[in-house]
Amino acid sequence: MMERLDRRQGLLAALPITALLAVSFLAPLLLVALFSIMPQKVFSVLNMPDFSSFGVIVSQGYYRSLFWSLSMAFAATVILLVVCWPLAYGMAKVFGRFSLVLTIAVVMTLFVSENIRLFGWVLTLMKGGLIEGYMRSYLGAGPDGMLYNVPIIVFGLVYVYFPFMLFPLAQGISMVPDDARQAATDLGATRWQVFREIDLPLAAPGILVGSLLSFVLAAGAMAESKLLGGQVVIVLADDVETAFTFGQNWPLGSALAMVLIILVGTVAVVGLSRVDLDTIMGRKR
Amino acid sequence: MRASRSTRVALLVYGIVVIFLLYLPLISVGFASISKARYLSFPIRTYATKWYGEALASSTVIELFNTSLKIAVIVTAVSMIVGFFGALAFARYQWRYRPLFQKLILLPIFFPQTVLGLALLIWFNTIGIVPTWKTAVVAHLVWIAPIATLVIAIRAYGFDPALEEAARDLGASTFAILREVTLPLLMPGIISAGLFAFLLSWGNFPLSLFTTGADSTLPEWLYAKMVSGYSPLVPTLGILSVLGSFVIIAVAFTLRWMVKGRQAE
Repeated sequence: MMERLDRRQGLLAALPITALLAVSFLAPLLLVALFSIMPQKVFSVLNMPDFSSFGVIVSQGYYRSLFWSLSMAFAATVILLVVCWPLAYGMAKVFGRFSLVLTIAVVMTLFVSENIRLFGWVLTLMKGGLIEGYMRSYLGAGPDGMLYNVPIIVFGLVYVYFPFMLFPLAQGISMVPDDARQAATDLGATRWQVFREIDLPLAAPGILVGSLLSFVLAAGAMAESKLLGGQVVIVLADDVETAFTFGQNWPLGSALAMVLIILVGTVAVVGLSRVDLDTIMGRKR
Repeated sequence: MRASRSTRVALLVYGIVVIFLLYLPLISVGFASISKARYLSFPIRTYATKWYGEALASSTVIELFNTSLKIAVIVTAVSMIVGFFGALAFARYQWRYRPLFQKLILLPIFFPQTVLGLALLIWFNTIGIVPTWKTAVVAHLVWIAPIATLVIAIRAYGFDPALEEAARDLGASTFAILREVTLPLLMPGIISAGLFAFLLSWGNFPLSLFTTGADSTLPEWLYAKMVSGYSPLVPTLGILSVLGSFVIIAVAFTLRWMVKGRQAE
């Protein structure tokens, strides 16, 4: 009897947010999908479908921005894994009280608009900025040309998506039982062996969720390349925006968006299907 | 297995360096906001608070604050309500489509926000709605309501279904259980979700960019000025926006502390 009640209540409770997402998330996505197979520069989906937009993507070299978006997102994700691991380990196993301080400090940055934080990096790194300006006035000369290149865009992605890697990773590592590590050490495993044979596989759900989040969000990012990169490379989200706004070509913009959505969506869905959400979010057994 | 002393110290130092780097850009913005010069250049020669005076006296700025605030307040209220029920369906009730529902909730979070904003723009255009700040509320909700759901779901995972069953055995109606048992138990999660919702909406830029129409939020205005035509008000407004967030956090923590104190008595 309890189970039947659960079923009905589950459906009812899911209704409000499902309705919200149906009308303002799934429906717009369907519209974008329809627009992507419309002829060039039309503003209605009631035209004869064709695949001209995808032809334009190939012939006009739009795959270059796709390449940049994906490779910078990949680089940022790999760097994030390396940078966040020790800290996540510390938060999960070592720090104690300091974990809370760190968590609050990192979460607070999330609440500051990302363009303000990126603009802060521009002020810090630009010629006549915080670093160059003070170094020039004290040492006579400072580093120049730190902005407007590809590595600084990747740095911006690492900076902005840091929390999205750190917290899932810390959650994943906290799921590694201390007994298992202790047992491995007692049996003579080296530190490296403990890391490879115990930590990595047992923390895998956290690693997966963190990497997926960082990669997916970074692949669709735009502000980093605009503000820090000064358009040294054009990213895909940028091309999508231009096609929709200045270009007034909704079908092309939609097709570009679809390419990104399908690539990123496949990665996300395949990745998420390997994770047991109930466990990683802390269900009591 | 306890980490050795040197490992602890090394990790601690690393953590402090990371915190410093996370806040370094805000320090730069802070310094820039109190520089007197119209065209900023470090090292700063003379300090002045005149840009703050100018910002607070400007009607444009007040309008930007108002728009951002209106959007954030409505997004918060809706996210808390929708997220409460969503979290029960996500974590608590065992129903047939739960795995599918969980994926639906995660999808908007795992989605490039710029693309989402543009998709909503052509959607509103197609169904004949002129974008204003109200459409931005909808755009924010697509991303923030699922996050609120997850935050409350974490709390819902931790509570014991036996409490609800006990209430039912004692003859409480479904609605009474929801109001007297479930809601109070999830309250801390609902409040954190509300805090998250407000702050994420307040600072959001990629979703607002395409969905506010002629209205403009604070982060949008800042971005426009950063990309073209620098204004000395940019760092000032940036800091004011950050201060707005931190005041809300401080208020939330004070309230929590007061409530806790009262419960302890």
